[in-house]
Amino acid sequence: MAITLRDAINRLLGRQPASATTAKQRLQLVLAHDRSDLNPELLQQMRREILEVVSRYVELDLEEGDVSLATEDRVTALVANLPIKRARDVVLPAAGA
Amino acid sequence: MAAETRYILICSGKGGVGKTTLTANLGIALAKQGVRTAVLDADFGLRNLDLLLGLENRIIYTAQEVLAESCRLEQALVKHKQQPNLALLPAGNPRMLEWLTPDDMKKIALMLGDHFDVVLIDCPAGIEDGFKNAVAAAREAIVITTPEVSAVRDADRVIGLLNSEGIKPIQLVLNRVRPKMMANQEMLAVSDVTDILALPLLGLVVEDEQVIVSTNRGEPLTLNGASSPAAQAYNNVAKRLQGEEIPIVDPSQEPQGLRAKLSRLMNKKIF
Repeated sequence: MAITLRDAINRLLGRQPASATTAKQRLQLVLAHDRSDLNPELLQQMRREILEVVSRYVELDLEEGDVSLATEDRVTALVANLPIKRARDVVLPAAGA
Repeated sequence: MAAETRYILICSGKGGVGKTTLTANLGIALAKQGVRTAVLDADFGLRNLDLLLGLENRIIYTAQEVLAESCRLEQALVKHKQQPNLALLPAGNPRMLEWLTPDDMKKIALMLGDHFDVVLIDCPAGIEDGFKNAVAAAREAIVITTPEVSAVRDADRVIGLLNSEGIKPIQLVLNRVRPKMMANQEMLAVSDVTDILALPLLGLVVEDEQVIVSTNRGEPLTLNGASSPAAQAYNNVAKRLQGEEIPIVDPSQEPQGLRAKLSRLMNKKIF
C-alpha cells in the first residue's frame, strides 16, 4: 500500500488518513469478497483448515499469520502469510504405499 | 446496409451516476459527426432518455408495437429535429411491464442495425431483468461510474456480469469528478478507480452545473456546441469511440498555482 506525504504527516499528527485512502482500502477489501462470492463463514472455515494442515508440517506463529483475499486486475487471490517458527519432524509416508 | 453496426451498452449498476445523460450527449455528439445513431431506451419501467433529449412529447409507438407488428419501425423511431442523424426508440411502454424478453431486444437491435451505424442502449439501473434485456442487445459496453465507493462497487459487479456474457470491449467513463477534492485526496483518484476496475478509460467528466441546466431544457450539452467542461468531455468520448486519439487530462493534476503544487507534493508517494 502506497503511503503519501500527506498520509505520513497526518499519521505524525495523529489525524485520520485522507478519506480517499480509506475509500480505496475499503473498496479493495469488499470487492475481493464480492468477486470471490465466498461468504465470510466459509472463508473462516477455510482459514482454520489451512492453518491446521500447514501446522502438521511446520510450527506456525499463529499471532502473526493471516489468510485473506486480495484482488488485483480483477483476479482474486487467496493470500496466506504464515510465518514459520520451526519445522516439525514429519515422517514421510512410504512411497507408493 | 452499414459496414458493421456497433451495439454499445451504457450501464452502471448504480442509479443516478449519469447513464442517461451520457447516452443523450453521446448520441447527439455522434450524430453531429455524421454517424447515423439510434438511442434505445432499455429502461422501459422508468424511462427518461426522451426527457433528456427533449423528445418526450413525440413518442407514439415503442419497440413493443414494432415487435407486435402493429406499427413499422420507421413509425416508432423519433427523429431529433436539429440532429436528424439521431433517432430515439423507447423499448417499451411503462404500462406494459414484463413484456419484453432478451430475444425481443435482440430482434429490435438487429432491425435497428439496418438503418444505423451505432446503436446506444441506455441500460436500466440494477442487475435484474431489465439489465439482462439490455445486455442481450449489446456487443460492447461503456460502464459509467463516479469516484464513490458505492458506485465503484456496483460498477465492479456489472463488469463481472458483462465479462461472463462475452461483451467486449468494455470501457470506462468516470463521471462527476471534483478536481479539488481529488487533489486533496478526499475523493478516489482517477488511477484508483481504473486500477480497481481494470478497464481502459474512455472519458473523464468533471462535475458541471451546466449538465443540470441542459437537463432542465431537454437540450443535451453537445447539441449547441456549448464549451462547458462536461460538453467537451462528452464530445471527446464520442471522438475516442470513433477511434480518434485524444489524450485524457487528469484535472486534479493540472497546474493551478502554488496551492496545487503543494497539494501534488503532499500526494507524492514516499513509501
